Amino acid sequence: MEEELKVIVFKLGTEEYGIEVDKVQTIERMMPITRVPKTLSFVKGVINLRGVVIPVIDLRGRFSLAETEYTDQTRIVIVGVDDMQVGFIVDSANDVIDIKSSSIDTPPEVVGGVKARYLRGVAKLDDGRLLIMLNLNEVLNKSEIVQLESVEG
Amino acid sequence: MDMNQYLSMFIDESNDHLQSLNENMLQLEANPEDLGIVQVIFRSAHTLKGMAATMGFEDLASLTHKMENVLDMVRNEKLKMQDYIFDTMFKSLDALETMVQDITGGGEGKADVSSIVASLQAIESGEWTGGSAPVAKVDKQTNSSISNAVELDEFQYSVLDQSIAEGHRVFYVDVLVSEHSQLKGVRAYMVFDMLERSGEVVKAYPSVQDIEQEKFERSFSLYYITTKEAQELEKGIMSISEIESVKLIQLDQETLQQMTNQAAAAVAVEAAPAPEVGKDTPVLDSKPQEEGKAAPAKAATPKQAAAPSRTIRVDIERLDVLMNLFSELLIDRSRLEQLASETGNNDLSDTVAHLSRVSTDLQNIVLKLRMVPVDTVFNRFPRMIRDLAKTLDKKIDLVITGAETELDRTVIDEIGDPLVHLLRNAVDHGVESISERVAAGKPEMGTVNLRAFHSGNHVFIEIEDDGKGIYRDKLLQTAIKRGVVTEEQGAKMSDDEVNQLLFAPGFSTADKISDISGRGVGLDVVKSKITSLGGNVTITSTPGKGTNFSVQLPLTLSIIAAMLVRLGSEKYAVPLSSIVETAIVQREQVRNIHGNKMITFRESLIPYLSLSEVFGVPDFNDADEKETEIVVIRKGERLAAVAVEEFIGQSEIVLKSMGTYLPAIEGISGATILGDGQVALILDPNAFIK
Repeated sequence: MEEELKVIVFKLGTEEYGIEVDKVQTIERMMPITRVPKTLSFVKGVINLRGVVIPVIDLRGRFSLAETEYTDQTRIVIVGVDDMQVGFIVDSANDVIDIKSSSIDTPPEVVGGVKARYLRGVAKLDDGRLLIMLNLNEVLNKSEIVQLESVEG
Repeated sequence: MDMNQYLSMFIDESNDHLQSLNENMLQLEANPEDLGIVQVIFRSAHTLKGMAATMGFEDLASLTHKMENVLDMVRNEKLKMQDYIFDTMFKSLDALETMVQDITGGGEGKADVSSIVASLQAIESGEWTGGSAPVAKVDKQTNSSISNAVELDEFQYSVLDQSIAEGHRVFYVDVLVSEHSQLKGVRAYMVFDMLERSGEVVKAYPSVQDIEQEKFERSFSLYYITTKEAQELEKGIMSISEIESVKLIQLDQETLQQMTNQAAAAVAVEAAPAPEVGKDTPVLDSKPQEEGKAAPAKAATPKQAAAPSRTIRVDIERLDVLMNLFSELLIDRSRLEQLASETGNNDLSDTVAHLSRVSTDLQNIVLKLRMVPVDTVFNRFPRMIRDLAKTLDKKIDLVITGAETELDRTVIDEIGDPLVHLLRNAVDHGVESISERVAAGKPEMGTVNLRAFHSGNHVFIEIEDDGKGIYRDKLLQTAIKRGVVTEEQGAKMSDDEVNQLLFAPGFSTADKISDISGRGVGLDVVKSKITSLGGNVTITSTPGKGTNFSVQLPLTLSIIAAMLVRLGSEKYAVPLSSIVETAIVQREQVRNIHGNKMITFRESLIPYLSLSEVFGVPDFNDADEKETEIVVIRKGERLAAVAVEEFIGQSEIVLKSMGTYLPAIEGISGATILGDGQVALILDPNAFIK
């Protein structure tokens, strides 16, 4: 019996990305963000999500892609890994699909400008679309932030 | 039978008992002749043993049992307390504590205590003292008065006696019903029902009628004849829900006689706390039987006879939940206040004003609920100081005052280690050795004062010793040697600043490094810990007279009063506790001195900080203004002016964590949610004054 994964699909530019549904707590429309000074440029600030203060990062910035204006389609995907909650700003998020775990291939070196270590793999969907599966632990890797910070600062 | 639900109760009570054991043991050490204290210790140890055995922690139970044996000899004057015995006892208590901690952490409470057990055994068997051997028979007269055995009449006695002779099993059964039980009578009836299916209840106390009408506290006792095994019975009884514990003591003719004798001698017996004996060991010889009867009855020392306390134990997590819920309420309150003032509806405003008053009262109560007396931290110190003084061969009197002062639980949880460190420091580096003290004309016994008291919105904890104090020159020398300051810097420093060097990283003034108070890696940790709690620590010292460490702590950490300020589109909260005052300054008053902006404030020059510059605020810059609002903040004695665009007002804010993802940001201590639902960052004034 093959393992099926439920995946939330969101877009950055033209690429489609996927995060396992159990890692995603909620998807929110854009809301006011309180800027946090003296942090990395892709950390957009903190939001009040029903009484909990959650940091929000721009996923485009995190992957060193060009940041764009926020639109009606812009969403904040709140993910939770261990006891850490973080919001990802993405261009849009509007699909939940099932994929077979066997359809995930190991990622090529660079996909859409995103470094391979942030990726778990690339899933080929039945209709031929490619879905980039994120490696959340790497995306949220804190030691890297600290390093980046020391380089920038 | 699921024991888990009793585990937390067991841990709580074990800790209580261990604490009282430690305290009483210390008292006993001061008055080794006072057998009254031995009784108290004995009872605590005994209860602990019973509980441990009930919960299946065999190691814990067996070690307590060994201690009990020794204590038993002491209280029956077969053995005199001596230093060696005290030390062994204290070691045993430490081992017990470790076990309980292990259990708290989810372990089995196992520990290797063979050496302690061997020492106890040696004491017990008289090998060490070379004195009396353990005596099985115990003088009944000494203990009969504290017995609460159920009195049997002649007929009942003979029935039991005959049953034993005929080879039936006779048990003395003690049942404790859960305190949460709503239907004690029903539970008791179920116990009787179960027992009567396989044997006969000869006598019950309180009477069967009283029990069924719920006229009993939580426990009842009975004599029971059966053919069944103790284990089987126990299992049967424990399978009835809401039965907290059951103790079965199998009786033989001799013990039966003893029990009845005692009961007869007992005066006005109370049914209250039941005798407790390890359940797994049907007790057959007379000595532990005697112990079994030595339960905490009213005959204890006056201290024990405290009125039943009108308190309940509440799970800390529930209080945290309450606190969180209240925080939510507070945020909604500010939102409502804002809406009411916008709409201008009088009825609405009145209602909201009332709501605000009620919630302010509620806030006080919720905060008070979380308050814990510092005694919960202080109580382990006497023991620690005793051990320390012994190791260092010093004589030290620890005087604790204000142990009833209350602090928020979160502060209490964090403050223990820093205090331990400061106390160790006082004992190790502060108080001199006996010979030095005598030479200096001081009493041999050094005194360490541990004081806690309220002052305004803060609690102060002071640790003061009457030791050698801090010598400026010596301290400076070391600091220079360690590269903490240069000679020139040192020469310019005030005495206070020199004292503060003790908290510099990598510092130790003791000539010899000892394992008591570390290698100088400690005091800086103490300082940063206290600072992280929003507190402060200062040192005052008189050379030759002693040193005083004063720790200032906030009353609570979760709700603080703050001033909200605005810079462009951004709002920040400044804790009120660090604000000295607010003012408006003209642009030309800001002077450039040696590249630093300064302003004159109350005849002194203080640094002027542009918050918009520090935080890179995009839509405001104070340099463009002709007049600038400033908030004067304080850290210790030093002041600084922080420029903002506008004061919004004062508000109670709820501290919220910013999550684990963001690294610590200098100048920001956390976040809060404002009435409009927006997040505002909380300034950390300490970071602005260096």
